[in-house]
Amino acid sequence: MYHEAIEKVSKQVLIRDRYDNFIGGKWVAPAEGRYFDNPSPVTGKRLCSVPRSTAADIELALDAAHKARDAWGKTAVAERARILNKIADKLEANLDLLALVETLDNGKPIRETTYADMPLVVDHWRYFASVVRAQEGGISEIDAETVAYHYHEPLGVVGQIIPWNFPILMATWKLAPALAAGNCVVLKPAEQTPLGILVVMELIADILPPGVINVVNGFGVEAGKPLAQNKRIAKIAFTGETTTGRLIMQYASDNIIPVTLELGGKSPNIFFADVMDADDDFFDKALEGFAMFALNQGEVCTCPSRALVQEKIYDRFMERAVARTKKIKQGHPLDATTMIGAQASNDQLEKILSYFDIGRQEGAKVLTGGKRAQLGGELAEGYYVEPTIFEGNNKMRVFQEEIFGPVVSVTKFGDDDEALAIANDTLYGLGAGIWTRNGNRAYRFGRAIQAGRVWTNCYHAYPAHAAFGGYKASGIGRENHKMMLDHYQNTKNVLVSYGTKALGFF
Amino acid sequence: MIKRVEITTKAAEMVAQLERRHGSLMFHQSGGCCDGSSPMCYPAGDFRVGPQDVLLGEIAGCLFYIGAAQFEYWRHTQLIIDVVPGRGSGFSVEAPEGVRFLTRSRVFTDEEVGELETEGPPSRAT
Repeated sequence: MYHEAIEKVSKQVLIRDRYDNFIGGKWVAPAEGRYFDNPSPVTGKRLCSVPRSTAADIELALDAAHKARDAWGKTAVAERARILNKIADKLEANLDLLALVETLDNGKPIRETTYADMPLVVDHWRYFASVVRAQEGGISEIDAETVAYHYHEPLGVVGQIIPWNFPILMATWKLAPALAAGNCVVLKPAEQTPLGILVVMELIADILPPGVINVVNGFGVEAGKPLAQNKRIAKIAFTGETTTGRLIMQYASDNIIPVTLELGGKSPNIFFADVMDADDDFFDKALEGFAMFALNQGEVCTCPSRALVQEKIYDRFMERAVARTKKIKQGHPLDATTMIGAQASNDQLEKILSYFDIGRQEGAKVLTGGKRAQLGGELAEGYYVEPTIFEGNNKMRVFQEEIFGPVVSVTKFGDDDEALAIANDTLYGLGAGIWTRNGNRAYRFGRAIQAGRVWTNCYHAYPAHAAFGGYKASGIGRENHKMMLDHYQNTKNVLVSYGTKALGFF
Repeated sequence: MIKRVEITTKAAEMVAQLERRHGSLMFHQSGGCCDGSSPMCYPAGDFRVGPQDVLLGEIAGCLFYIGAAQFEYWRHTQLIIDVVPGRGSGFSVEAPEGVRFLTRSRVFTDEEVGELETEGPPSRAT
């Protein structure tokens, strides 16, 4: 199945054996001529080679971006929006191909890339093409003869560092608002999953003016760091974890530039007793909401990796929840019926296994899963983990750290106060879920949970036009919403006096 | 004296190899998503630590820090820094070598916890 897929994408000439950087509208070899192998998590085997870039390549990309910035920044929003819409159309026309590439690169099931990742990508470009057309500046009348005009101006050239869990989608979340707002970008994909973004660039290269998007591949320390430290960027955006987030802020402070950071979470998913008032569609939906911890192999910053279940339904609920989890179909990521595929990298697999170890040592009970999945055949060397449920308490480390695997840690609560205390007893605040038939309680919890996104009777929906971002250590800034335009723009105020008389001060 | 952080022989060898290229190194334990829960290894001084960081110990000649808030949730465990094949990420210096440092953990025994309490909390960075 894997080889057939490789053959299919190779025929479309979009997957090459070796890629270069995309700089100034051209494919440019890395300055030092070095490349590294990009393995597919599906099989653990090499997929293609990718540039191992250095500071010199970042400088080249910045040269190209700076060359393009004035013209792009002054391009009429109608024209910028038209270009963003053309990108959306092109990607939509190649949706199946992109879904296949993304699955090969990341290991996630083809079902998800086809029906979730790629449609969201296409819609995201269209959303920012739309909202930038609707953006208005402001006029403030200071007094009868004095007016303050407020203009949105692009920042200029920005740096973006992309994670590996939704490689094309996360790049789109950052690229679309930056471009809509009139900026040029130097983007570094994650070294684990560089292929998808490169195929996207191949598809859209002739739509964009040269230098508007520049993609430089390589390792964080060799390519990401010289980008984040660079005095020629006006902003840096990063999705990842807390230590690198702090480091990027430190670098940004050297240059006095803004940052936006999305650094993950340990999201609680709360099930109140009333979800079991009837064994109906709603309860079925709630059970699916529980099993969402396995979506994308748990490699989601908002993975509902802590489930809080009310005591009075705990045993009955968990019996159904475990049964639902056991029905998750794990298998070949290219099989359209597969629900959970491969973890994105070997080190990710190792980390998840290390948490199985610590969870057991801490006394957490494994209700299902708890080990590497051996799928055999061509998948034997791929990185597969069984969907796993731990039962324990919120002070355990499996309740406090984002494992980034298909692992949920479950605990029980008595009343609303306890549920809220447990939900907020975390360093992070990115996502949360609440399941209840009581609208008043849903409202109270939606407001009281210290997280940027509280899904209420749903989970893992990521529509454009719903702001996404973190409270607490989960980061700074929002994505997925027109307010992102502000994150990529400066405010210019022109303060005009239409009066003709001197003030009389001097 | 009980160590709050240890390192495997293989990981210590990797540190020595990396120091030949990068000079003195340091570690900071990450949290959060993607490569969260991974130990990040940087040229010493590249990552600025402050009073919100705990100095957990020294491994292979490198100071090892963790955020103080995160330490509160992790304090009942000993960290054992290992190295595995991997792609790495973040700005950790070992990634280009095709390996990744990995934090394994061990829950302290009751006696060890008692002894650690007698010793008092680990010092903060300044």
